[in-house]
Amino acid sequence: MQHVEMIDLEKSYDNQKNVLNGINLAIEEGEFFVLVGPSGSGKSTLLRMIAGLEDITGGILKINDKVVNHLRPKDRNLSMVFQNYALYPHLTVEQNILFGLHAKKVEKKEQQKRLIETAEMMGLTELLKRKPKQLSGGQRQRVALARSVVSHAPLCLMDEPLSNLDAKLRAHMRIEIRRLQKKLGLTMIYVTHDQVEAMTMGDRIMVLNDGKIQQVGDPITLYNEPANLFVASFIGSPKINLGTAVIRDHHLIIEDSIHIPITTSDIGNIIQKDDLTIGIRAEHIFHGEEDKKTHELEVINVEHLGNETLLTFEIGKELWTAKWLGQWRARVGDKVPVKISVEHMSFFDSKTTELIKPASNTAKEQEVVAI
Amino acid sequence: MTVPAYQKIVFYLLLTVSSVLIFAPAIIAFSMSFMSNQDIMTGKIIPTSFTLDNYVQVFDRFPLFNFLLNSLIVSIVIMIGQLVLSSLAAYAFVFLEFKGRDILFFVFIATMMVPFEASIIPNFQTIRDMGWINTYTGLTLPFFAMAFGTFLLRQSFKQIPKELKEASEIAGIGDFKFYLTVVLPMARTSLVTLGVYGFLTSWNMYLWPLLSTTDDTTRTVQIGLRQLQSQEQLNEWGVIMAGAIIVVLPTLILLFLGQKKLQKGLAEGALK
Repeated sequence: MQHVEMIDLEKSYDNQKNVLNGINLAIEEGEFFVLVGPSGSGKSTLLRMIAGLEDITGGILKINDKVVNHLRPKDRNLSMVFQNYALYPHLTVEQNILFGLHAKKVEKKEQQKRLIETAEMMGLTELLKRKPKQLSGGQRQRVALARSVVSHAPLCLMDEPLSNLDAKLRAHMRIEIRRLQKKLGLTMIYVTHDQVEAMTMGDRIMVLNDGKIQQVGDPITLYNEPANLFVASFIGSPKINLGTAVIRDHHLIIEDSIHIPITTSDIGNIIQKDDLTIGIRAEHIFHGEEDKKTHELEVINVEHLGNETLLTFEIGKELWTAKWLGQWRARVGDKVPVKISVEHMSFFDSKTTELIKPASNTAKEQEVVAI
Repeated sequence: MTVPAYQKIVFYLLLTVSSVLIFAPAIIAFSMSFMSNQDIMTGKIIPTSFTLDNYVQVFDRFPLFNFLLNSLIVSIVIMIGQLVLSSLAAYAFVFLEFKGRDILFFVFIATMMVPFEASIIPNFQTIRDMGWINTYTGLTLPFFAMAFGTFLLRQSFKQIPKELKEASEIAGIGDFKFYLTVVLPMARTSLVTLGVYGFLTSWNMYLWPLLSTTDDTTRTVQIGLRQLQSQEQLNEWGVIMAGAIIVVLPTLILLFLGQKKLQKGLAEGALK
């Protein structure tokens, strides 16, 4: 069943340029749906429109197959978690959690039952009498979640809920939120600017830029077959390596510096010879063993992550990064052998930025990994 | 940071001198209220004999208790009226969105530039035509609407994150309940500040009570104080000063109690 449906949704402020344009989207019940995009892309605005905190300029918004364009937030049967948690500083944790239930006229007994249940689930039982000021960031976050859970609303909206936490806690809360969502069967719409969060949490992701949908799909599809240059460079860390390329005499020439011989089977249906941009993921620039190396590149930066090593090369005007498993004792200035092959490259049209052909080899490798 | 000793001495000397200068009238009044008439007339500052006669007389000869009670009622009613109206207006200016809100607010603020003396004639005519001369209503009503209070509370309400309002909206909490259960408790400091400020201003009000009262039934203590002076041929300064000290007392008590909060609240309004 489709829980939330948007048909040609639009938003503009004071009749100026649209901040959101032609949003068509259906979110299934029980789905963890992530809206991701850089700041100013309109993702928070879209979420607030679903919540009813922003007016809808054009289009139709349906929740449970009912048009809710003009319904007030409280009648949409949803809960929301804010970036700054929006806890009431003068109320205790318990009062904060129960704040909304009074308004919904839930019985006192039922309130207490839900409170105990939720507090236990979120590990807040010992903190119920404290004020938000006396809690750590992670605990506040949990109170905000508890408030959303206790309302028993089937649709939960989250607006960058983890951005105020430190990296370690964020990784932990990612898992907790995900588990909670699955356990309660909530439909979740989650806004973030962090692509790692999007990739790790979402059942499906929608990439938004400049008020337009760039791509909707599951994380792996977005990673392997980005619909355009924006999605390609937005998803994945380190960033995908991009370079302008042309095809001349059965050679692919990247940034005027890398020449790779190609055959028709490599490039498949690419008819275009000019204005190409190729993208290759950092993990697909391999270390070239003696006989298999295709190029030698000069290292201009080395980053040791412990389990893997990031090497940066200069290709024409672009900086490319290679990610090699293990620890590599390379120094700046060294020439290292690498193996770059066409089968790992995605081809984009430089003018329209659209994808022409995804990397042909990635799909194969993923199949091996699938359990 | 350490301040050199000689600099410290100069600072403290200057501070002491200026505080004595500023406080002198109050000290003289205080000591005069314990002096006999003879002492006052000979121009002494330190009393040769200590007497409480002046205090006894001031209560004997004038309905001072009555005046004090009137002042208390008027000040409290004005204070409550201002708090209620200002906070509701400020709530609207911060949390409700409507067309022309900001323009309306500037017009509202602009009324602060109209001195009270300029509006006193129309106010008087209104009160007289309503037949509210010599009533508490007439004494208090013109002061309920207060641009300064709205301004102060608006600044303080603005510091409440908008997300709190939005969270309440989603939870289904209406404007009035949000105002009562979230906004007012969170803006407590500013409310206390405004309350104390309003109370003191109305306690010390002189011109309006003088105009809007014609007999002693509703007169406030400031008018009463003035009467102490004019009814005698030879002013009994000891009695007048005793009256003044009694009148000042509530002000001082309030100030001492609310000093910290008052400072904090006023600074809040000034800074942002």
